[in-house]
Amino acid sequence: MKKVYSRPKYLKEKKFHYCPGCGHSIVHKLLMELVEELGIADRTIGVAPAGCAVLAYDYMDVDMVESAHGRGPAVATGIKRSLPEAVVFSYQGDGDLAAIGTAESIHSATRGEKILIIFINNGIYGMTGGQMAPTTIEGMKATTAPLGRSPEREGHPLDLTYLLSEIPGTVYAERVTVNSPKAIRRAKKALEIALRCQLDNEPGLAIIEVLSMCPTNWKMNPLEACKWIDEVMSKKFPLGVLCDRRKKIKKRAVAGNVD
Amino acid sequence: MSRKEKVLMSGNHALAEAAIRAGCRFYFGYPITPQNEVAEYMAEHMPKAGGVFIQAESEIASISMVLGAAVTGARAMTSSSSPGISLKQEGISFLAGQELPAVIVNMVRGGPGLGNIAGCQADYFQATRGGGHGDYRTIVLAPSSVQELVDLMVLAFDLADKYRNPVVILGDGLIGQMREPVILPEPVTNLPEKEWALRGAKGRKSRFSRSLILDVRAMEEHNWKLQRKYQEIERNEVRYEEFMIEDAQLVVVAFGSSARIAKGAIKRVRKEGLKVGLFRPITLWPFPFSRLKELAEQIKEFLVFELNAGQMVEDVRLALGDKAEVFFYGRPGGVIPTPLEVAKTITNRYYQRIKGRRG
Repeated sequence: MKKVYSRPKYLKEKKFHYCPGCGHSIVHKLLMELVEELGIADRTIGVAPAGCAVLAYDYMDVDMVESAHGRGPAVATGIKRSLPEAVVFSYQGDGDLAAIGTAESIHSATRGEKILIIFINNGIYGMTGGQMAPTTIEGMKATTAPLGRSPEREGHPLDLTYLLSEIPGTVYAERVTVNSPKAIRRAKKALEIALRCQLDNEPGLAIIEVLSMCPTNWKMNPLEACKWIDEVMSKKFPLGVLCDRRKKIKKRAVAGNVD
Repeated sequence: MSRKEKVLMSGNHALAEAAIRAGCRFYFGYPITPQNEVAEYMAEHMPKAGGVFIQAESEIASISMVLGAAVTGARAMTSSSSPGISLKQEGISFLAGQELPAVIVNMVRGGPGLGNIAGCQADYFQATRGGGHGDYRTIVLAPSSVQELVDLMVLAFDLADKYRNPVVILGDGLIGQMREPVILPEPVTNLPEKEWALRGAKGRKSRFSRSLILDVRAMEEHNWKLQRKYQEIERNEVRYEEFMIEDAQLVVVAFGSSARIAKGAIKRVRKEGLKVGLFRPITLWPFPFSRLKELAEQIKEFLVFELNAGQMVEDVRLALGDKAEVFFYGRPGGVIPTPLEVAKTITNRYYQRIKGRRG
């Protein structure tokens, strides 16, 4: 019988510590599937964040280094400048990328660093227990915004991927989600495009933002969480390609493929 | 440039050139006075050496870039001055925890806070106690001339690689700005490969570099492993200079720029017949505790002179215990006393404790 599905070769045989219904494990799997399919396992170096995915190196079977909170793009910069042939990614959450690491994110784009940022946006600080994130949307409750975020009180949510997409050094930016099989297929395609930017030596940063479920801190069941992304979160952070400045294989893969 | 030809260089330019010659190919920095000439020199010369220069968005980012380059096995460095070094402490703690080699130059300025841009030695505590969070040490080298700065830069990269540990060069605004003739080192070639480096899992299993160890017993063992390494460094790497110490009845203890001023002062008081010598720690960590203890067998009067309000003096007191008297003369805030002023202080102390003017 033909084998049509199995654990990706570069996903270690270890049970995920993630909560049921969390998006991290899906993105880990997609990423390692692509590492296998693109044949880049021996040249991929990942940067693990501080946050729920801090143990990413327990799952991803590629060379990985841990970064201080927010510094992923700077660490990735050091790696990529030292090893231009490597495929370098920085895996980060919303607090990491859009709060404490705002400067590192923006300036990795202004310098046009040839790295990939994978941005897991669940609108909340997961690992520390549900505090308000820079991407917590209006009305959403968090342990540090117990009445729900109000712009007058807690300020406005930040769409960092959109901001990065306006910077010429960003070569590709797309927002996807992983709340349905269809969305997961698109997320994989987006990650592939972003990884290929480095294989094609495209002159800048690629960022894939993933709207990701956090049932635990959203106080929902997994199905409700998936639905909430469609009905609420993606209205604030619309899915799709935010910028595409690729020079080489432009139009080959993307055109017409965006849901 | 021929082998032994002397060139006139500022400390900041000389250390940058020495780093390139020591095989450093990655410099990440952020402007701050009084060490901007390091980044400016690197911006011009690093690309010519096939290396990478980046002016980062912050000191925090620049030390993180150093970490990224270091984890690939490359020789990488950053430089800054006091407020900027405070920002780098996060990354230095991570480098220490992950056992990654790197060189950090601190051209200390007056503090606390924004302070001023004059030469100062008020970052002794920060440098010698790790500086950031957690139980760790950095090797701290304190040059007192531009030539020594050049020599210590080369040593810094070697020690960083040897012990897989960050090394701090603790200079100050004086050493950085001062111009002196120096002999530059021969360029290093063929550095050995680092078997722990992350360069892609080609022909081997994947590996990772981290400082997060959630299991407390494993974290305890990681800490003891670091401590055993620090003990090895303490056994092997203590460096100091002694000047006119053989017959001395009073020894001035000073490091870096203050040692240089003290030397001038000692030459003056020697002319007056005062038996005064200089003990100059070159490694501030590991500190030369044992040698000072030995000296206290013969010498009972010590005068610690620092360009701060009294920091290294605590280590000197730790070393000497009750075996000798310790007097402190400090000038915090960026004031640089002349050798004459220091000579007066030494003379006063000498007459108070050792010998009357007519004696």
